[in-house]
Formats: sequence, C-alpha cells, structure tokens
Amino acid sequence: MTSVLLVAERDDQGDISQSTLQAVTAARGLADVQVTAVITGDADGFASSLAVDKVVTISAVESGDVGIYDQVTADVAALISSTSPDVVILSKSDFGSIVGARVAFRVDAAFASDCIEISNADGSVTVTRPVYGGSALAEFGIASSPVIVTLRAGAFEPSSDTGSPEPEVQGFDSGVTAERLVTVTDTIAEVREGVRLEDADFVVSGGRGLGGPEPFSVLTDLANVLGGAVGASRAACDAGWIDHSHQVGLTGKSVSPDVYIAVGISGASQHMAGCSSSRAIVAINKDGDSNIFKEARFGVVGDWEKVLPSFFAAVRDLKA
Amino acid sequence: MTVRIVVLAKQVPDPETPPSQFKIDESTNSVIPPSGVPPVVNGFDLNAVEAGLQLRDAGADVEITVLSVGSDFIMDAMKKPLAMGADRLVLVDDSGLDRIDSAVTVKVLAAAIEKDGPFDLILGGRQASDWDQAHVMLGLAEILGLPLVSVVQKLELDGDSVALQRVIPDGYQVITAPVPSVLTITNELGEPRYPNLRGIMQASRKKPEIFSLADLGLSSDDLAPKLELKKLYVPESNRQVELIEGEDEADSGKKLALRLREEKLI
Repeated sequence: MTSVLLVAERDDQGDISQSTLQAVTAARGLADVQVTAVITGDADGFASSLAVDKVVTISAVESGDVGIYDQVTADVAALISSTSPDVVILSKSDFGSIVGARVAFRVDAAFASDCIEISNADGSVTVTRPVYGGSALAEFGIASSPVIVTLRAGAFEPSSDTGSPEPEVQGFDSGVTAERLVTVTDTIAEVREGVRLEDADFVVSGGRGLGGPEPFSVLTDLANVLGGAVGASRAACDAGWIDHSHQVGLTGKSVSPDVYIAVGISGASQHMAGCSSSRAIVAINKDGDSNIFKEARFGVVGDWEKVLPSFFAAVRDLKA
Repeated sequence: MTVRIVVLAKQVPDPETPPSQFKIDESTNSVIPPSGVPPVVNGFDLNAVEAGLQLRDAGADVEITVLSVGSDFIMDAMKKPLAMGADRLVLVDDSGLDRIDSAVTVKVLAAAIEKDGPFDLILGGRQASDWDQAHVMLGLAEILGLPLVSVVQKLELDGDSVALQRVIPDGYQVITAPVPSVLTITNELGEPRYPNLRGIMQASRKKPEIFSLADLGLSSDDLAPKLELKKLYVPESNRQVELIEGEDEADSGKKLALRLREEKLI
C-alpha cells in the first residue's frame, strides 16, 4: 500500500482550491493508495467534498504568516514524522512551493517540484517534471521515502468525486508554536481593470517583437473587444513595456484560455510553460522558424503591424 | 559596519539557446552543450547580485561575495557578477559536483557559508533556469536555521532588519525580516546592470577563491542524491500549425479572424 498525505489548500473564498481537487485526482491515480488530506483551519463542510480516506485538521494560517508559513511548515513536518506517509502531495502554488520545500528539509525527504506525472505502478514512486524551462522532461525515481511532491497547475483534472463514505475528520496538534521572526505588515493589492488574466477565456499576449510599450494599447483594445485580458512575455515585462502582473510563463502566471493570441512572441519554453494548456494558441510572428509555430494551432507568418489591424477589424465586425 | 552579503549563483546552459539547438544525450541523460552558446550565470541570480548592488547604491557599506557550487566553471560567465560590482567570487569546484540534486547542493552551500561566513544576508535567484526546482534557497534557510522570504522584488536595509516587498499573484506583501535572513530575488526587482569597462577590467584581475570538498569537511559520500534521474528527454510536439496565408499580410489577418470564427473559437 502507498500512503499519501495531501496538503490541501484554500482559495480566496476559503473553499478547497481547484489545485487541491487536481491533487486528489493525482493521488487517486496511484495504485493501492490510502489518502489523508491535511487542511488548515476548520474542515466543516469540506470533508464530504474530498474523495479521500481521512481528513486531518491543523491550525489555520494567520494573516501575518501568509507567504512565510512558519506554523504550517512546523505542523505538517510534525504530522509527517508521526504518520510516516510514503508520498506528500502539494500544489505548486505560492503556499505549496514554500511549505513543500521547507518541509522536505525539515524531515530530510526527497523533493520534486512542479510535477506533471506521478506513478507507483512498478512498486516504487516515480515522478516526471519539466526542466530547462520546459525544453525537456525529466523522470525521477525516488531513492528514499517519503518524497514531497508539488504538482503543476492544470496537469491533472480536478476531482469531482465526493468522499464516500464521508472521511473521518481528526484534529492534529503538533505541540509546536513556530517562532515568528519575519513579520508581514501589509498586503498591497494591485488595482486591476477588467477580467483576471488567470480566468480569461481570451488572452492577447505581446512579446519582444512588439518593439516597445505603445503596441500594448492595441492589444488591450483587442482584448476588450474579445472580453479577455492582456498577457506578456517576460522579455516585454523586463523591458518595462508593461507591468509584471501581466507576465505569462514559468515564473509568471499560468493561463488556460480558449484562445491565446501570441503577438511577436518567439515562444521560448519558459513562456510556453505558462500558456500551453490553452485550447488554441494563435501566433502572429514575422519569423516563421520561431518556436511559437511549433506550439500554435493557427498562425500567420508576417509583420504584426500589418496583420493585426485587419485581424482586429475583422474580429470587431464578427463580434458586432 | 560592513554588511556582508553572499549571493548564490549557478552556472546554467543559456536559457536563450534556440529550442532547435537544445539537444539531449539520452545515453547519459545530460544536455549536449550547444556549440557557440556558452553557459551563463542563472538570470535570477544576477537579479540577486543587482539586489546587493542596489543596497550599496542606497548608501550601505556592503561587501558582496558570490558563491557557486559545481564543476567545469567557465570564468567568462562566472565573473560577470564581479564585473557588475561584486567584490569576491568563491567557487566550490569538484568534479563530483556536476550531477548532484538540490538536497546535496544545499548541504555543500551550507558548509561553504559556515566556512566563509558569517553573512548578514544570503541572497539568490528565485529559481534556476535549468532544473527549475526553486528548492535550494528554501532548503538552505532550513538547514542554517535562518528566516526565509521568497520572491522579493524590493529590499531596503534598516538597521538590524531588512524591509522587503514580496510578490504575490495580484500585488505584493510588505515584510520586515531580521538580519541575517535568506532572501530569494525575482526579476521584478529590475534588470541586472550591464558591467561597465572599469568593472570588466577589475573583474579580469580578480581570482576566484576555490574550495574543495575536503576544505569543507565533506567527501564524495556526502553527495548521494535523494532523487535518481532515470530519463531526460525532449517531449515530442504533435501539434501541427495551420498557417493562414492571404494575398498580403493584411488579408492574412482578416482570414485568420474568419478561420477562428469557423472553428467557433471567437
């Protein structure tokens, strides 16, 4: 039997996050598996919505500990030491990346982040993760147990199963009060207009090929007509043409719209890592050899300054 | 008093290598160095060097040591932080260090930091562009027992503490951390400065200080990885792009919109 400890995560509303439901699918995909979910704070009303065998609650995350996660790290590490799971699964979110990496060292475990596959089919656990910015995939065997794994968003479908029978809920008190050395004094939310990039059905994205900040206003107009949001490559953000909050890629946002329109984007692996789960990628780029055309479903090889205005006009007519 | 900063830097294959030139030797599970594309210092680590230099620009008396663990160092690449303005380069150079996992990297870095320290700030990039684990800095904080703040976009020294901005998906957190702390730096901090001629000249005269594993009290027995790399490969793309060609570029744009409508995508 393989025992899994799944570290559940809450979304902004305090509900179980989509990424946790994806992690349930990943855990359930293992052979002969026993899954325990650990959740911060109250499990009221959540237990029945998780297709796991058992739910353990630990103390809630205090606002001053968000982003540092000293207490969750201490609690999860203690839980691992007392229950000795074979595999610990988290999402590769801000929360999962920090808690997962810290816990791995706390309990001296193997750690693999951003995994897209996990299997125990041949007796031992193996994971696959993109490396070199997505240019390659690496399959790892785990030399020692436990292994701490974080999962890439969207790599698994969210589980829609409910816990049946309803999992037993148990509280866990690590007995540890983490010393808080770092203080979060404030959280500044950036003002955002329009649709959230991560939720948008259409994303119009610009890259180095745009040559400057001005063209982003055209992209914004197009995104507005489509009811979508504006994205950008890291190169365009680092050049200061558009704010980093628009950055799509491995170290920016991950988007999965119906249509991802990439204008003047070469399609470096680390950018594609943030948009490859789009339903259709549409590329406009003057270099026909650029990598974006290997990933796109539709493309125009041409100068965006000539292609985009007529595309925009036609889209506007179609939407009218 | 001098603030001692250590910036952890990793030599990586140039992430700007065109995908067509990115090749893997599947018999050894390693990347074949593309000809004519030399390795570079991981980009986020250069952001961390820039962070240290910004503290100096703000008036602090800082000494910046760049520390790296690996083998087959290319000095043209590794001296870039010196050319930008860092003071020292310390390399843990051992042929056994070319195939280690992040857990071992942390062990070696921690030993080097204990030997060369103490340091007031331990800075590094948010992740490396080769293995993308984003693990080493967090592990180092755990092993050294120091506070950790990740994805920092701004920092200011304020006596015995450091005022930080930490990037979150829709904004940032304002954080105060004590000195010493471990901080990972993100590209939002700003582009690393270009070395000027004087910096390049100074860097060319500086010699790296080299530590061997034995200098750190470590042996090859300490290098056993927890993850065993079984297979490294380039995934096959089975997507076939449909190129839309009109009479001219403007016509192509129009036809593209019509084609997307046909597919009910817009």
